[in-house]
Amino acid sequence: MTHSVIKLTTTPEDHRIARLAAAAIGLALIDAAIPLPLPGVKPGLSNIVTLIVLARYGWATAAWVSGLRVIAGGLLLGQFLSPGFFMSLTGAVLSLIVLAFAIRLPKRWFGPVSWSILAAFAHIGGQLLLARLWLIPHNGLFYLVPLFASAALAFGIINGLIAARLLAELPATETDASR
Amino acid sequence: MRWLALFRPGDWLVAALGLAFCATAFPLAWRGGAAEKAVIKRGGEVFAELDLSLNRQIDVPGPLGITRVAVEKRRVRVVSDPGPRQYCVRQGWLERSGEIAICAPNQVSVQVTGGKEAYDSLSY
Repeated sequence: MTHSVIKLTTTPEDHRIARLAAAAIGLALIDAAIPLPLPGVKPGLSNIVTLIVLARYGWATAAWVSGLRVIAGGLLLGQFLSPGFFMSLTGAVLSLIVLAFAIRLPKRWFGPVSWSILAAFAHIGGQLLLARLWLIPHNGLFYLVPLFASAALAFGIINGLIAARLLAELPATETDASR
Repeated sequence: MRWLALFRPGDWLVAALGLAFCATAFPLAWRGGAAEKAVIKRGGEVFAELDLSLNRQIDVPGPLGITRVAVEKRRVRVVSDPGPRQYCVRQGWLERSGEIAICAPNQVSVQVTGGKEAYDSLSY
């Protein structure tokens, strides 16, 4: 009898992405459990992980972690391929695009708080656009823009501060030094 | 205080810009603007324009009597009309831009306007 063995070779980079994505997924689940009055307003705690990854390991790793979080988070919450999933995906893609530019801002002046605010606005902007084009094709949706924008600003600042604090307190590991 | 130390100079700028955006978004989004309207005509002339976001009822006097028009939940309809065949009453709620109800005997018409007008006029 022969055993066929399928072996996936993984790199330390893969392990790191998986570990960070797991943290992001955990926070996404907590996020979903927090009750908030308006659908669409969420703290976006998992973006704290994205910000830290962005600062430590660069944009490509952040994109992996964010993408895995959207897909696995969608599967765990039972909304994979539902409208909620596509809203989440659009938000994640747009904030990653904005973050790609934000991280190029001079570090001396702009830190994680700036990245977080910009990403939060990109996130809600993309979601509003998708909702307007697909889910609620009516301009009445834009009545909610001020509320969404205020929530984006508030949670953007809070998440950015948490990320900045964690970055300051967590010592960089040896793998980071090689980068 | 420790938290404030985490702000870098540019972060304040970004936060201020975000705040300015929110502050301008409130009046822009909530001052009504291009809301849909119901245009009521009598004898071919505009009698009243009703904002569809406000529920109300209006009586339009015509040659045969009173035609009553009501706005509710962003829709408009002719509630009652003195005309013999009641076509405009039976048409029910009008909600899409371009839809029109014509009470010909009493010379009253109600049409939804505004928004993106896909049709010049809609009647059934």
